Amino acid sequence: MAEFWEFIREPFFITLWIVAILVPLLLGVAYLTYAERKIIGYMQVRIGPNRVGPRGWLQPIADALKLLMKEIIVPQNSNRFLFLIAPMISIAPALAAWAVMPFTDRLVLANIDASLLYILALTSMGVYGVIIAGWASNSKYAFLGAMRSAAQIVAYEIAMGFALVGVLIAGGSLNLVDIVQAQQGSLVHWFWLPLFPLFLVYFISGVAETNRAPFDVAEGESEIVAGFHVEYSGMAFAVFFLAEYANMILIAALAALMFLGGWLSPFEGTWFESWFAWVPGIFWLLVKTSLFLFCFLWFRATFPRYRYDQIMRLGWKVFIPITIVWIVVAGGLVVGEVGPWFN
Amino acid sequence: MLENYLPIMIFIAIGIAIGVLPVLAGFVLGPRKPDSEKLSPYECGFEAFEDSRMRFDVRYYLVAILFIIFDLEIAFLFPWAIVLDSIGMFGFIAMMIFLGILVIGFIYEWKKGALEWE
Repeated sequence: MAEFWEFIREPFFITLWIVAILVPLLLGVAYLTYAERKIIGYMQVRIGPNRVGPRGWLQPIADALKLLMKEIIVPQNSNRFLFLIAPMISIAPALAAWAVMPFTDRLVLANIDASLLYILALTSMGVYGVIIAGWASNSKYAFLGAMRSAAQIVAYEIAMGFALVGVLIAGGSLNLVDIVQAQQGSLVHWFWLPLFPLFLVYFISGVAETNRAPFDVAEGESEIVAGFHVEYSGMAFAVFFLAEYANMILIAALAALMFLGGWLSPFEGTWFESWFAWVPGIFWLLVKTSLFLFCFLWFRATFPRYRYDQIMRLGWKVFIPITIVWIVVAGGLVVGEVGPWFN
Repeated sequence: MLENYLPIMIFIAIGIAIGVLPVLAGFVLGPRKPDSEKLSPYECGFEAFEDSRMRFDVRYYLVAILFIIFDLEIAFLFPWAIVLDSIGMFGFIAMMIFLGILVIGFIYEWKKGALEWE
């Protein structure tokens, strides 16, 4: 018995850890949908959901229960196996990427050296879920949506990869903890300043990667209904939805870690730094992540949808040249040891 | 070193489980009343006109090829970016030559119209 416990102990504590990450994450996903409807509601001078529970606070739970009780329709002539496996392929990497996410310098589940590479590898798995869903549904809208979405994700992944190369040049490491620690000093030491164009490219590419407005042609209601998941209903649809929002939170958290100093206090290096010394680092990380998430919602309420050729032009002809030029500049800054960042 | 990867394995397994369990629960809790109209592919109320595995634009294929090329470039850039601080000027110039060749290819694609969508 003691031997068995010895064998099971470590996986057991790891599982507890994972639950402690996933429960807040999934709650965050649920309340992100609520925040989205509320915020966009107020931006359009409506009040948004306000019936279920006080001020509509129970709305996401009601939505989840409703989807749970709905029929999962598997269309005729679809590849049943692929059709059902597609939502799992899109949710698993969106959640598993959180395994290496540092919340503070010591609060990391798996502090591996190649954590950024691992995240890049996992997030690029998401496109398989989209393309398999579109192919397996055997529906024209789903198929067209999947093609568009896959081409768009792939195009912006290049711009995103180049932006990450800039971060690696500046941080000198693939480990996210090291990248954040390289930004120590003050607000202007964070990488958003020396890598400003890459910061913009990274975040806009992140919006395009997650198929969010204004780049949501893949599920543009006015043209192809709901794109790749038009044939999905009930919980199978909910899993896609979960994956999309988990990816949004992931992109926002990564942007906060790589460009806005992660858990570092914004008042570092100023004369009133000590006033905020009691604030735990994870609070700053949450604030910065929420800032980016708010931008996701704000974009959706503000910008009209891009045309598909405009999206492709932005990805290939604007972002890739910008990132290549800025990689050269960032390399020059590091080799020339230009302060205050790289000396 | 390698034991750092155990949490990742468990996390991936739990991630898959979170994909599988809700769908199973949906099958158990939801109704199941299929009929031929419900199971037909959605086409705005029409009968499906033709097979949906139709021909598609070759440019999607082109995007896939260009993606592979550029993604490989990024894979080359990753190790260089990490050690740039220690390899200094020599490493910087070497990579600039490589990037120069890449940019020539990029300009060629651009001029050939491989990046056009109209």
